[in-house]
Formats: sequence, C-alpha cells, structure tokens
Amino acid sequence: MKTTTKLWIGLGILILLSPLGLILPEHFKAGDAWGEWGIDSIKELAGYIPQGLKNLSGIWSAPFPDYAFKGWETRGLPHLSLAYIISAVVGIAVIVAIVLFIGKILSKNGDK
Amino acid sequence: MHIPDGYLGPATCGLFYAIMLPIWAAASRIVKKTLNARQVPLLAIGAAFSFVIMMFNVPIPGGTTGHAVGAVLAAILLGPWAACIVVTVALVVQALLFGDGGITAIGANCFNMAFIEVFSGYYLYKLISGPSPFTSGRRVIAAGIAGYVAINVAAFSAAVMFGIQPLLHKTANGQSLYCPYGLNVAIPVMLGEHMLIFGWVEAMVTALVVKYLQKHDPSLLEAA
Repeated sequence: MKTTTKLWIGLGILILLSPLGLILPEHFKAGDAWGEWGIDSIKELAGYIPQGLKNLSGIWSAPFPDYAFKGWETRGLPHLSLAYIISAVVGIAVIVAIVLFIGKILSKNGDK
Repeated sequence: MHIPDGYLGPATCGLFYAIMLPIWAAASRIVKKTLNARQVPLLAIGAAFSFVIMMFNVPIPGGTTGHAVGAVLAAILLGPWAACIVVTVALVVQALLFGDGGITAIGANCFNMAFIEVFSGYYLYKLISGPSPFTSGRRVIAAGIAGYVAINVAAFSAAVMFGIQPLLHKTANGQSLYCPYGLNVAIPVMLGEHMLIFGWVEAMVTALVVKYLQKHDPSLLEAA
C-alpha cells in the first residue's frame, strides 16, 4: 500500500477519535484554553468586560461554532461528539480542496 | 493558542496581517519554484493532519485546555515554506468555519503557528539532526525537541501579543479595552502550560510520526 494511502487511513482514524478532544476536557473539568474565554467567563475572571473586546467579539458568526451546530449547545456529549466528527470531516474536506487547488496553481507540472 | 476576535486591538491585528502578507507572498513564490505535482497530496495530508490534531484538546485537570499544532511535523515533511502555506490554510478554515481563532487575528495566529513555530521547529530539527542518516534515532529525538521548543516559542509570541494589550489600549478609568491581562500574567501562564503539558504533546506527535515514517517510507523525510 502506498504511504499516502496509509496516511489518509491514519487521518480517518484521527477523525473518529477526535471526540476525545471534547470528552477528556469535560471529564477532567477543564475549561476554555487560556485567552479564549467567552464574554461571560471574562467578566468572572477579570471583574469587568473590556469594552473593545465586547464590540469585536461578535464580528464573525461561524457556521459551525466550536465544531458544533448552532442550537446544539445544550445537547449532551453523544450529540456533540457526532457534531465534532462531522465538523472534522467538513473541515478536512474544505482544507484538502483548498490545498489541492493551491497545489495545482503552484506546481510546475500541475496541468499536464 | 487561537487568539479570538476582541483580544487584540486593531493596531496589533493590522500589524500582523501586514507582516504575514509578504511572508505568504514569499512562500508562494518559493514553493512555486520547487513544487512537483506529485507532492501536492502530501501537502493536503499535512494541512488535514494539522487541522485534526488541533481538535484533540488536552485537559489540565480543573484548569484549561490546549493542544498540539502539528506545525513542526509539517515543516519536517514539506519544508518550512510549504508548511507555512498548509498551516495557514488550516488556521483560516478554523477561523471562518468553526470560529476557532478570530478573523481579525488570522494574521497574528498565522504568525505564531504558521510562521514562528514552523520556522523555529524546522531549523532546530535540521540543527540537531546534523548529517545523520534519515533513519537514525537522532532524527526522532531532534523532531521531539524541535516540536517541544517550537510550540513554546509560538506560545511565548502569543503571550506577548495578549500581554501588550493593556499597555496599548486603556480606558480613562484604567480598564483594558482588549485582553485584560498584561505580560506579567500572560507570559507565565501561556509558557508554563505549554512547557508543562502541551509542549510534550507536540513533541510526542512530531517524534512518533517521524519514527513511523522512518520505518515505512524514509524517502518522505528526505524531500524537505
């Protein structure tokens, strides 16, 4: 088997295991990454909401916020894990498409 | 390490977009000179790997989370300029589709993870590997050390970006406008957690994949 094929299979396994990145922090009661808190947590931590941060924080509304679906925030871990896997698949599909496109433009014999 | 929207003021965001633009241009120019169509699938794999490995949030029990970046591995396999491009693609997709990292901070986040981490990791790996054969154990160690050090350099850079905000932007009553924590908090926390936990994760990921490739297809390690 070609090495690239093996690496694609490896990526598939990582996608299926990715919900560990959701379940383990939940299990060990670990919160957001440092410096990546939401507005509510900031107020609790710093004692106030920085005004500029408040204005800028909502500037972009991502279609799959936090690798989940909008409105699924209150669903349980099984649902969120499923959304996490779907997010990984969607993200990788988009990334692979972009890199193949860039590669086609940049590679010397891409059009032959 | 994905700085969200609102934590950096406009000056910092603008500065790092301005710094990254010529770096991205140089990367395209340099990669264009050497890239062979056969290598393109490997670029896609590198980008996808970096993206998915960043989804594996590692908890510090009762505290925060962090993750590996995979940027040093990408640099070892693809060379630093191609790695810069593929990690950038992963970071842009994370910001736009998943809100992981802010769109105003794409320049800053790419500077940390797609430039600083990639290049420091690449050259450290080269330096420690020296002229050793591509299948030598020294390269596995080199990959691990490069991963550990480079993610910490990136974390330090992110910490400085966070930490200078209270110096740059303050309201009349002394409140910070953007990131509320200064250098005295940001640097020890960011560097501490990456030195204690996340650096080791990056080291393991980088070293293990290099070891795997040495066993199965060492030619991939010779490309860059």
